[in-house]
Amino acid sequence: MSETLVITGAQLLGAESADIIVENGVISEIGAGLSRSGARVIDAAGLVALPGLVDLHTHLREPGYEASETILTGTRAAAAGGFTAVFAMPNTSPVADTAGVVEQELALGEAAGYATVQPIGAVTVGQKGERLAELGAMATSRAQVRVFSDDGFCVFDPLIMRRALEYVKSFDGVIAQHAQDPRLTEGAQMNEGTVSADLGLAGWPAVAEESIIARDVLLAEHVGSRLHVCHLSTAGSVDIIRWAKKRGINVTAEVTPHHLLLTDELVRGYDARYKVNPPLRREEDVLAVRAGLADGTIDIVATDHAPHPSENKACEWQAAANGMVGLESALRVVHQSMVQTGLIGWEDVARVMSAAPARIGRLAGHGTPLEVGAPAQISLYDASVAGVFTESDLHGRSVNSPYLGRDLPGRVEYTVHGGVVTVAGGAVVEELNA
Amino acid sequence: MRHLLDTRTLDRATAVRILDVAEDMSDTQSREIKKLPTLRGKTVVNLFFEDSTRTRISFEAAAKRLSADVINFAAKGSSVSKGESLKDTAQTLQAMGADAVVIRHPASGAPQTLATSGWISAGVVNAGDGTHEHPTQALLDAFTIRKRRFGAESRGRDLAGITVVIVGDVLHSRVARSNVWLLATLGAEVTLVSPPTLVPQNVSLWPAKVVYDLDQALAQGPDAVMMLRIQLERMNAAYFPTEREYSRRWGLDALRVAGLPDGSIVMHPGPMNRGLEISSEAADSPRSTVLEQVTNGVSIRMAVLYLLLAGERDDERGGDQ
Repeated sequence: MSETLVITGAQLLGAESADIIVENGVISEIGAGLSRSGARVIDAAGLVALPGLVDLHTHLREPGYEASETILTGTRAAAAGGFTAVFAMPNTSPVADTAGVVEQELALGEAAGYATVQPIGAVTVGQKGERLAELGAMATSRAQVRVFSDDGFCVFDPLIMRRALEYVKSFDGVIAQHAQDPRLTEGAQMNEGTVSADLGLAGWPAVAEESIIARDVLLAEHVGSRLHVCHLSTAGSVDIIRWAKKRGINVTAEVTPHHLLLTDELVRGYDARYKVNPPLRREEDVLAVRAGLADGTIDIVATDHAPHPSENKACEWQAAANGMVGLESALRVVHQSMVQTGLIGWEDVARVMSAAPARIGRLAGHGTPLEVGAPAQISLYDASVAGVFTESDLHGRSVNSPYLGRDLPGRVEYTVHGGVVTVAGGAVVEELNA
Repeated sequence: MRHLLDTRTLDRATAVRILDVAEDMSDTQSREIKKLPTLRGKTVVNLFFEDSTRTRISFEAAAKRLSADVINFAAKGSSVSKGESLKDTAQTLQAMGADAVVIRHPASGAPQTLATSGWISAGVVNAGDGTHEHPTQALLDAFTIRKRRFGAESRGRDLAGITVVIVGDVLHSRVARSNVWLLATLGAEVTLVSPPTLVPQNVSLWPAKVVYDLDQALAQGPDAVMMLRIQLERMNAAYFPTEREYSRRWGLDALRVAGLPDGSIVMHPGPMNRGLEISSEAADSPRSTVLEQVTNGVSIRMAVLYLLLAGERDDERGGDQ
């Protein structure tokens, strides 16, 4: 099924150097001076070895929006970024609100072979927020869906949210909420604050996120359910999650790389590459989400990878689509914003970008430590280099990255997915040796 | 000057220069033959994605009095309504050889996108973008204040020490934003008066004071009171309860006008809602500069087109992006 690999001299989680043997898709031995005759040798001297990254939040656009991305192109982008598993949000066309659609996505991911594609099911039919989708059917389908979200839309009706939280308990599911009060954000174009006042763009106030999170943690507490908060973006949201966790509420939270690095000052040029939902926030918010990720209040980093064709960005701000591609740049941005700042180490990176997202999504075969017997999901990252991020770093179908032209540290040199090398020498492998 | 996109980035020297050139233009407009040959052979496109007959004909008159060729392009559907995209429209104008594009657009920032996208090499003049800026309106307002205060002695002066009260829907007003930046740059003291619902949530960095009580602001005896047009549909979005209540609390009624000091002027960018934000007593009083503003608008727009197109691009920087 996969070739035998001898990875030499890798720094496990950035610490001690070791050789890793991969056989039959599994890590079979870790030690010093290892070799196997006929095996492919990967010289990983000086590279940081991380468990294959897991992204709980991507938009792969297939079925329905293949002009933006497909499961094949999206998973190639994922591999380039060091990911071995991606969760796919259900805002496709048709919406992934039935067993049929999630099984199709699963099959397309298996056929592509670059990363495990774990479908996320819609909470409500058509993501309309009115009637529960057949969550049980998706859970028991071959896709074994455990994460449900109407991402892009908030499950705003408190009764529907309560029922969804309760219902998924029967199969250990979780509701991943896109926290956005729709009334408080009608026509919203960017973070509401000093910059939106200058630019004359309708504001997206922090309270529209925070009030929904506050409501949802209380609902989760009341019904004893598991809640996941998508792309948390404000200092106030961090405070609420911190309070909820202290109280013992079963809540997890995610932050995107762009909310760890970029602020709403970037909107001043009306360059729609910086248009995203939730919007880029203030410097204070960036510092607060970094602190929240460092102290464990925020559990994971997830990209919210959102590809769009160029015509949806090369236009006036108000007409532009929300979203940024993020898979290829995620690890480098986390490196810059969290590791280089001394807030976390590589062990923490492995936790927030691999172990914790796999655990929250109940995804087997991913997020396990680099140890003998574990599935061979491995990223090898060169933390010693740096360079300007360019379109040649992007491997999906769309180029709406906010980092183009920006200096970022690091480079993903190798990605190994289930023993199959998907990225070698920094390049995506064209013909997978599966 | 390469473009005129906003007043926020316009420096004092450039602003005074535009006002002074407008004085020169104004002088020519009292001659029997108003037309100047200055921009002969240049093409100015009025690209209007939003209906605004007043602003369009003001720019048209300005361009024609400078002998430019004028093309009026009323783009019915913007990309917002899934018509032709801004990019395609811009490239079409580029192919036709436009030297300057005067753009009015419902989306904030569209002129800046046009100017910085590389789609077009023409100079861009913002004739009002969404709820962002309307720089030529602010320039003509500053010109009007200066002219009333200093008359024939206006040239070279700024507005240091002059107090201006701007009243109304600041949140949605591009006129208010452009005036706040420009008047402050010129040294004026600006006070905004608005219902708390109709001022941006955080204006702590604006060079202006915000008060909610019109009578309190007028009691300071401002040199100019600028009334903003109120859109009646704001009532339905709960910004204020009724027309009557708005008018009572923030309208410039006869009594309030009568209490202003001698020499205070009353301004309005038009079109006015008489009886709502401004009473007929105020609009028709000798204090009112409403029609002067219209006249001065042509002079200001002549000055801007002149500075954009008459070969002074290298020694002027203001408003560049």
